[in-house]
Amino acid sequence: MMNRREFCKKAMIVAGGLVIPLTALEVFNPRRLHAEKGGKSKVRWVFLVDIHKCVGCGFCVKACKIENEVAWDANVTRTWVERYVVTKDGQVNIDSPKGCRDGFTSQKIDQASVGLKEIKPEDIAKGFFVPKLCNHCDNPPCVQVCPVGATYQTQEGVVLVDRTWCIGCGYCVMGCPYGVRYFHPELHVAEKCTLCYHRLCKGMKTACVDACPFGARQVGNIRDPGDPVTKIITTQQVNVLKEEFGTKPQVFYLGLSMEVK
Amino acid sequence: MKNHVLRPLFVVVAIVVGILITRTLLVPGDFGVYERGYMYGWHRKSSEADWKAFRVKYKTAKVCVECHKDKYDDIKNSPHAPISCENCHGPSYEHPNDPLGLSIDRSRGLCIRCHAYLPYKDSARGKIPGIDPEKHYPQAVCIMCHYPHDPTKANPKHQKPEVKS
Repeated sequence: MMNRREFCKKAMIVAGGLVIPLTALEVFNPRRLHAEKGGKSKVRWVFLVDIHKCVGCGFCVKACKIENEVAWDANVTRTWVERYVVTKDGQVNIDSPKGCRDGFTSQKIDQASVGLKEIKPEDIAKGFFVPKLCNHCDNPPCVQVCPVGATYQTQEGVVLVDRTWCIGCGYCVMGCPYGVRYFHPELHVAEKCTLCYHRLCKGMKTACVDACPFGARQVGNIRDPGDPVTKIITTQQVNVLKEEFGTKPQVFYLGLSMEVK
Repeated sequence: MKNHVLRPLFVVVAIVVGILITRTLLVPGDFGVYERGYMYGWHRKSSEADWKAFRVKYKTAKVCVECHKDKYDDIKNSPHAPISCENCHGPSYEHPNDPLGLSIDRSRGLCIRCHAYLPYKDSARGKIPGIDPEKHYPQAVCIMCHYPHDPTKANPKHQKPEVKS
């Protein structure tokens, strides 16, 4: 028989043993330690959108779809442009037919199954266009939720998907607060903007930046103080989308209006 | 220890070893924790090279100007100067080797991406010369009258349009 004193002693040892986290028993790995200290990469790609300059032509969406072999007619796109039409009574009308692949050519607001909504020009308080794409967040929630390590962030800050490793569970599609992820209609793996990683690594700009005739889209390296994009971000009034989610998005907007979600 | 106790233990050990062997066979060798740490950088390193090898289709006007200097100068001295050649002429791929020629988008739909009038006066769109696509010669292609490389000029190719009966 065990007496009370002995029982208490053994219970303490067991409880103490349970408290030791498994990580404390892990073998020390210097490479991992270095990695978690955030090795200072010389390049960190960021994106800058100037809403004042965007006219909603959709050349960026067209170029992105062709450059990145995104299904042309399927209802998926890596980048898109939203139109915001605010009427004088405060109503906000938002649409993005086909993600603005063919540009905004009609004054009517596309309300999907409801149909087209006409707004009289004299009722319009303001109308503007907001290009959207993956924010390549510093804290990407889509990467955190991947159960197999198929999506990851490179040292340059670009969030990519390993097509050979993705199991198609869709956690990342659900996890992204910006809705930039979708399923590849043929490969059935998660897809997203790669920030034209294949172009950036060759010293080129992204396809959407090259296609924009108005300079509404720019890509730059935030670690380079001489980069014109870095200068704008550090000296002008820029904003990001959904800051409250704590994702630290790296797509910055000039002229972002409060109606934009 | 007696045999009947050890036998199930061997089975368990065999299963564990089996799982470990399958795991090493299936998981690529370069799978690990990289620059962005365990939470964001756990991946197959060679996947980055896969994406870097993706084919570039849009080669930008730097490539066009090497052979088409005349056309390049034409548009660069016009209000259409900021428009990339490939926006209308299509991505160049390996042109002139593959494809030999590019498929030019001469459609009305291309021009009205910018030139369909939208009444958003404070946006950049409101400052572009615009038409109502349903009223401004709806049957015609824009380039019948307008010269796309320099919209301030009439299209020299179409100054005397031949009417086919």
